[in-house]
Amino acid sequence: MAAPIIEIESISKSFGAFQVLDQLSMQVMPGEKLALIGPSGSGKTTILRILMTLERIDGGHIRIEGEELYHMSKNGGLAPADEKHLTKMRQKIGMVFQLFNLFPHMSVLDNVTLAPILTKGVSRADARKRAMELLDMVGMSAKADAMPSQLSGGQKQRVAIARALALSPKIMLFDEVTSALDPELVEEVLNVMRKLAAETDMTMLLVTHEMGFAHDFADRVLFFDRGRIVEEGKPDDIFRHPKQERTQTFLRKIIAAGHRV
Amino acid sequence: MEWDWNFVWQIFPTLLQGVKITIIATLLGSVLAVFVGLAIALLRRSPNRLVSTTTGFIAEFIRGTPLLVQLYFIFYVLPDIGILLPPLVAGVIGLGLHYGTYTAEVYRAGIDNVPRGQWEAAKACNLTARQTWTRIILPQAIPPMMPALANYFIAMFKETPLLSAITVLELMNQAKSVANTYYRYIEPITLVGVFFLTISLISVVVLRWLEQRYGRIER
Repeated sequence: MAAPIIEIESISKSFGAFQVLDQLSMQVMPGEKLALIGPSGSGKTTILRILMTLERIDGGHIRIEGEELYHMSKNGGLAPADEKHLTKMRQKIGMVFQLFNLFPHMSVLDNVTLAPILTKGVSRADARKRAMELLDMVGMSAKADAMPSQLSGGQKQRVAIARALALSPKIMLFDEVTSALDPELVEEVLNVMRKLAAETDMTMLLVTHEMGFAHDFADRVLFFDRGRIVEEGKPDDIFRHPKQERTQTFLRKIIAAGHRV
Repeated sequence: MEWDWNFVWQIFPTLLQGVKITIIATLLGSVLAVFVGLAIALLRRSPNRLVSTTTGFIAEFIRGTPLLVQLYFIFYVLPDIGILLPPLVAGVIGLGLHYGTYTAEVYRAGIDNVPRGQWEAAKACNLTARQTWTRIILPQAIPPMMPALANYFIAMFKETPLLSAITVLELMNQAKSVANTYYRYIEPITLVGVFFLTISLISVVVLRWLEQRYGRIER
């Protein structure tokens, strides 16, 4: 059996008095598509943010491909990671945000080429070529010269996906990527993600409220509540036959709110 | 006392010399203030508490004391420790430092207005701190603050007569010396007012244009 690509070992995280993650442990296998669901404040987005090094952990260990994320070996022991170590580790991970976070002062093409040119030393020509392929894949090559302000939400999010892919991460984190979109724009983004899941062997972690999509997309679903994993399993088991009462309550509320499962 | 046009034409070239120095002092002072302000704004954000508090204290000190006192200090006190500066240089440094503490606040507001998501996207793109500042944050922060910066430069322009106190031959000083020579004040001092008003009005037009051009960034 292959080694896990992500190992999370009893990590904790508090914001002030609010404990978001409580001694959480989980593993993700290479190529696995994982959906993280649960009520807001349950800690699912925080996990993605911690993996992207946007938040620090208070305690515990995270290993990516066997290598410590927040620690590095120093004089035979483990020391807190410095910026150089984090930069190296971040190369393995990409993230797509709820609010897209495109760089508004750059064209679509520049958004996608900036990081490969700056961080990987890719030539401008090569970066453009690769960016156009990626924009083509997300159906946005016709808008390569447009500015982000000229795009719809769905288009912005597809560009953001291309931007994250341009760095060829092994792990992609999707943080509620359709939550800020008008309902009619959700599907175009989900289609891109379906395509990604089908055509690449990237490991993907998805935080979402789109239960129908999570069901189709994920190999495994984790239900979070109050900083802990309450229940996990195959999509069919979680969505059709949830065992835990909290999972059942959550899914009932979600269905009542008009989301399909 | 009556207005004498012949006298006006006679002193006009001298005053124009003063205008030139006034404009040079303002422009150089503005350039210095742009960099001093940026430096203060960045240092105040330093994760090193000693650096950020020291910078904050110095900035508050400069902002809290009169420009005239600072000009005297730079021009008349620094020579005591061996730093002897030509009047115009001392004046430009005084203007740049003083207004730099104000532009620092403009930078601070401009930087704070860049959404947190931009920092996070930069990190997700694995940019270094330097790349994040130069490619992502400042290019978004600076255009919206152009009008506020320009406002300070117009204010600075109107304070350049203070430089006459440290013997800079700017417009006010030229007017004073002309007036003292001929014992006529009405024409030179009126002309000083007219010059300042004219240039200020032109600056306001430029400022309006800047507001139109850079006032907002589309997201």
